[in-house]
Amino acid sequence: MKILIPIKRVIDFNVRIRVKKDGSGVETANVKMSMNPFCEIAVEEAVRIKEAGKAEEIIAVAIGGRQCQDILRTALAMGADRAILIETDVEVQPLAIAKLLKATIEKESPGLAILGKQAIDGDNNQTGQMLSALLGWSQAAFASNIEFTDTGLEVTREVDGGLETIAIKLPAVVTTDLRLNEPRYVKLPNIMKARKKPLDVMTPQELGVDVAPSIDVLDIAEPPARAAGVKVADVNELVDKLRNEAKVI
Amino acid sequence: MDFDLTEEHLAIQDAVAKVCSDFDDEYWTEKDTKAEFPHEFHRAMAEGGWLGITMPEELGGSGLGVTEAALMMNAVAKGGGGAAAMSTLQINLFAPHPIVVLGTPEQKERMLAPLISGSEKTCFGVTEANAGLNTTAITTFAGRVDGGYVVNGSKLWTSTAQEADNILLLTRTTPLAECTKPTDGMTIFFTRLNREKIEVQRIPKMGRSAVDSNAIFIEDLFIPERDRIGDEGKGFYYLLHSLNPERIIVAAGAVGIAEDALRRASRYAQEREVFGRVIGQNQGIQHPLAENWCQIEAARMMMLKAADLYDSGKSCGAYANAAKFLGGRAAFDTATQAVLTHGGMGYAKEYQVERLLREAMLQRLTPVSEQLILSFIAEKELDLPRSY
Repeated sequence: MKILIPIKRVIDFNVRIRVKKDGSGVETANVKMSMNPFCEIAVEEAVRIKEAGKAEEIIAVAIGGRQCQDILRTALAMGADRAILIETDVEVQPLAIAKLLKATIEKESPGLAILGKQAIDGDNNQTGQMLSALLGWSQAAFASNIEFTDTGLEVTREVDGGLETIAIKLPAVVTTDLRLNEPRYVKLPNIMKARKKPLDVMTPQELGVDVAPSIDVLDIAEPPARAAGVKVADVNELVDKLRNEAKVI
Repeated sequence: MDFDLTEEHLAIQDAVAKVCSDFDDEYWTEKDTKAEFPHEFHRAMAEGGWLGITMPEELGGSGLGVTEAALMMNAVAKGGGGAAAMSTLQINLFAPHPIVVLGTPEQKERMLAPLISGSEKTCFGVTEANAGLNTTAITTFAGRVDGGYVVNGSKLWTSTAQEADNILLLTRTTPLAECTKPTDGMTIFFTRLNREKIEVQRIPKMGRSAVDSNAIFIEDLFIPERDRIGDEGKGFYYLLHSLNPERIIVAAGAVGIAEDALRRASRYAQEREVFGRVIGQNQGIQHPLAENWCQIEAARMMMLKAADLYDSGKSCGAYANAAKFLGGRAAFDTATQAVLTHGGMGYAKEYQVERLLREAMLQRLTPVSEQLILSFIAEKELDLPRSY
């Protein structure tokens, strides 16, 4: 079985995000970029599945500018076997991403696609679900554990108020939650090996997908600055303030 | 001209930073205070394959150049562990170079493979009490006997000798007086650090206490023939090759210490409020730190230029020395300013900057003094008469 792992390049989680002065987006020039943390978890899970002998090949896919090659190389260094960059300068939105991935899956025919549940930039939480709908595949979002069974997968999902375990058939789309695993650190010899692994470049046109945005972003603004805190003298005053001022208890 | 690091360079720095992030301030404070070798950090770096960054690929290394080793060392020093973290690994980067170049296949496998995997450590015995930078004045002597040599003498400032399984040792095999040139008559060995014949005395010192520095005394140590590296009498020439890489790597580490100090100082200046405003709003606090930033970036560029010259096989002596000079100054000046920015709190161990200041002093002293760097540049670049 092949596993497809679509990954996204986002502003590094350690960087303080700055909004562009004209409100058209956030500043990305000279800003450190990394693989989306949930995607890293997806890569790690795929590598563990392959190490356990349940998959033969891992294909990492990224959509975006040429610079996305860096996260693909990271995925290759973590253990993916080859990579595909779908190169475009358009800021591709979730539905178009899902369509591009569907077209890639039809070419590559993997038995499983593992995606991050969302990217930390847009926080859309849409691509995995849209992809499964477009393909008509089983879906398990927010996975915190994945087990292989005779008939498919048993996936534990993090839902409101607890954990839900579901059985799904393959092929399937699984999206990862934070506690699924802890991604490994990249080792130097694997960075070297990653250089030699194949990285193919294709375009949305070649896949026959129109990536023109369907949603217009009107404005992006900084969140309001947090007001300063207040010191209280004792517990009674705290309870009083919570009850009568904040009205939260 | 391209000032950008490559994708692979960035991947190296990122990956090293991740390993370092597992070792926090508390860890390095404890190692420094208790003068304990950072074994856990050494192991983590070994597991990531970082100890072999410059070593041949067929032995498990990655065969990369000085640029990559310098970028790794920069990330290591910047990660909070400062000079202690650097010195945990530094011996592996270029000291064994003579073995890489001259070692027999048997020697390479026996000597280098365990260093790359981290299962063994080595130390490097060069400097002596009465030799210092004037290396040709060493007197530790290896006399010929049946099947090998017997060594007597002493070495100073041998780092990691408390932990090392092996020693890379420079000795005279012909006394200075009998040599045509002072640089002749020296031989390099890589041999087991036999503690029955080698006494290792720790030197208490100002900083970087986690990684030991020592005086060692060698008495009638037998070294078999098979532990000699290359030819007898050519040891000094073999060493020359690793001097510039060492300077570049130390410069890269020094820049890392400076960056860490500047990060801590800026953060404190943003948080600390006095007279109703953060101190970072005051130009008296801002300007010295901004000046440190300029120093750091200048040192970084010089270091990368020197590394690039070396890796492309060009002469890099003046630049490697200048990088080490600027790097040492950047580390010391920035760490000093970081303590001053913290005010009284800068003197408290909790804020780490006093540790960085103590370690930054070392960057000005080793592996070559500022005076000798300047004398060298005056002679080679300004055409002035040789002064030493």
